[in-house]
Amino acid sequence: MATAFAIEASRLVKTFGVTRAVDGLDLAVPQGGVFGLLGPNGAGKTTTIRILATLTRPDAGSARVLGHDVTTGPHAVRARISLTGQFASLDTSLTGTENLLLQARLLGLSRRAARERAAGLLAAFGLTDAAGRAVKAYSGGMRRRLDIAASIVVRPALLFLDEPTTGLDPHSRSQVWEMVRRLAREGTTVLLTTQYLDEADRLCGRITVIDHGTVIAEGTPGDLKASVGSGVLHVRLAEPRDRDRARQILELALGVTVQPEPDPVALTARVSTGAEGQAASDAIAQGMSQLSRAGITMTTFALGQPSLDEVFLALTGRTTANAESETNVA
Amino acid sequence: MSATIAPETLTVPEHDPLPQPRVVRNSLTMGWRALLKTRHEPELMTDAIAIPVLFTLLFTYLFGGALSGSTHQYLGSLLPGTLVMSLLLITVSAGVSLNTDRTSGTLDRFRSLPIWQPAVIAGNLIGDMARYLLAAALVLGMGLLMGYRPAGGAGGVTLALALILVFGFSVSWIWTSLGLVLRSAQAVSVISFAVQVPLTFASNVFVNPATMPGWLHAFVDANPVSHLVTAERALMNGTAAASQVGWVLLASAGLIAVFGPLTMRLYRTRP
Repeated sequence: MATAFAIEASRLVKTFGVTRAVDGLDLAVPQGGVFGLLGPNGAGKTTTIRILATLTRPDAGSARVLGHDVTTGPHAVRARISLTGQFASLDTSLTGTENLLLQARLLGLSRRAARERAAGLLAAFGLTDAAGRAVKAYSGGMRRRLDIAASIVVRPALLFLDEPTTGLDPHSRSQVWEMVRRLAREGTTVLLTTQYLDEADRLCGRITVIDHGTVIAEGTPGDLKASVGSGVLHVRLAEPRDRDRARQILELALGVTVQPEPDPVALTARVSTGAEGQAASDAIAQGMSQLSRAGITMTTFALGQPSLDEVFLALTGRTTANAESETNVA
Repeated sequence: MSATIAPETLTVPEHDPLPQPRVVRNSLTMGWRALLKTRHEPELMTDAIAIPVLFTLLFTYLFGGALSGSTHQYLGSLLPGTLVMSLLLITVSAGVSLNTDRTSGTLDRFRSLPIWQPAVIAGNLIGDMARYLLAAALVLGMGLLMGYRPAGGAGGVTLALALILVFGFSVSWIWTSLGLVLRSAQAVSVISFAVQVPLTFASNVFVNPATMPGWLHAFVDANPVSHLVTAERALMNGTAAASQVGWVLLASAGLIAVFGPLTMRLYRTRP
């Protein structure tokens, strides 16, 4: 059955005891590209993925993945998807090659084709040298790469990546990002969950932000940033002793609160962008010239776009860090 | 399926629109995986081999004379018992491995594959059976070195091994159910050990129940391990065994009827 949507979910509900992990979630993911499901810990990201990957039955609502219902046609869904869970789902006592062979044989490749495919993937993921070693000796980044390799032994039409870079060092992170981009270029739709907002910003064409099991915002990273309607002005001074004076001058000129940063020469202020941006940029220009007239030297100033952290704050009234500690306490 | 790729491509064409689950092939692949684990970590089988081998040696030479008049005579009744003991120790590994897969997330991957789903459990059971045959060969081999000559001959021994495998297969389902419920692989091992020790010792494996007090005698008579051991002795030593064999087969069928569906249900529904 041809369908333009990789995922169509409506009014999904999943309850664990008294917790409504997924609470009336709607999702429409077009085929092609990388789609981000964003939210703090405990927002319902993993449960949503588990429902879509046929691992958990929803209590209510329905979901179609590539045209097939997840509850009535799980086998047809499984034949078209691949799942890379939050924790590397590898057999750690087996070698890298054996893990890929297992996957390939289960998916119906002949012995020979399985061996060729395993060797090809190990090479593509830079794991040839480690191919014969037990996975328990692999680093976190190597495990994650092998895990993704195992997910694409046969190309899935849709790949679920649940927090693919959680716990990885910056180098491994960028390697995983590169893999995700390549997969998307080669025609696989990728749905990835993340709590790193810069990750969604770098990889995803579209983002859905969820919290408490429901969708709270949707759009391109640019749309979401524009919806906040403000950016951040960063100012650095030459002398720390000027900071209090500079703060007073800028607050008068901009009409907003100016925050001192931990760095003793830095100040930041949230300023409007978008439709009201003209007025804001005039005010900023005015503030800058007043600073120099007062004899205060700036070393740098910059007007930044809002980060997705700020988007999250604007949407929920909480930062992602707060949301996280909240769930940890609960 | 054409799966030839240049290393620089990450993906290959998708599979056929709907690959069908293959019962035998998927199970054998999973069984291959279970045996690979044993090959990489043979030390995990130490208990299941060392305990029966040691017990056969120790009990025969320490107590054989006292219990049966001669070590040789005692060995003939002990060896079928230590084979059963070895079997019981091995049956738990399918449950342990299923639990490890569940807690590590490996089960999630298998459950999202277009395969015959029970193959995940069948593979572990195949692994158990293969490991058991290996352990049994070692225990039997040592028995032969110690002078054991089964009166039932090769045929009797083969039937005895077949019966013990049937029973082992059915007991494994208890531990696979537990493996899907308990929080850690250690918990599965500890609980199975706590169940197995009384069942093994309060049986007719080591000592003739006629010497025991009445209440213990009653327990030993009801203990399924005793029935299996009696059947094994009869088959290996070439005496009549029909009713004991029948009893063991019935017990096995009962265990599978309860714990088979339970395991499959837990497998489908436990997150």
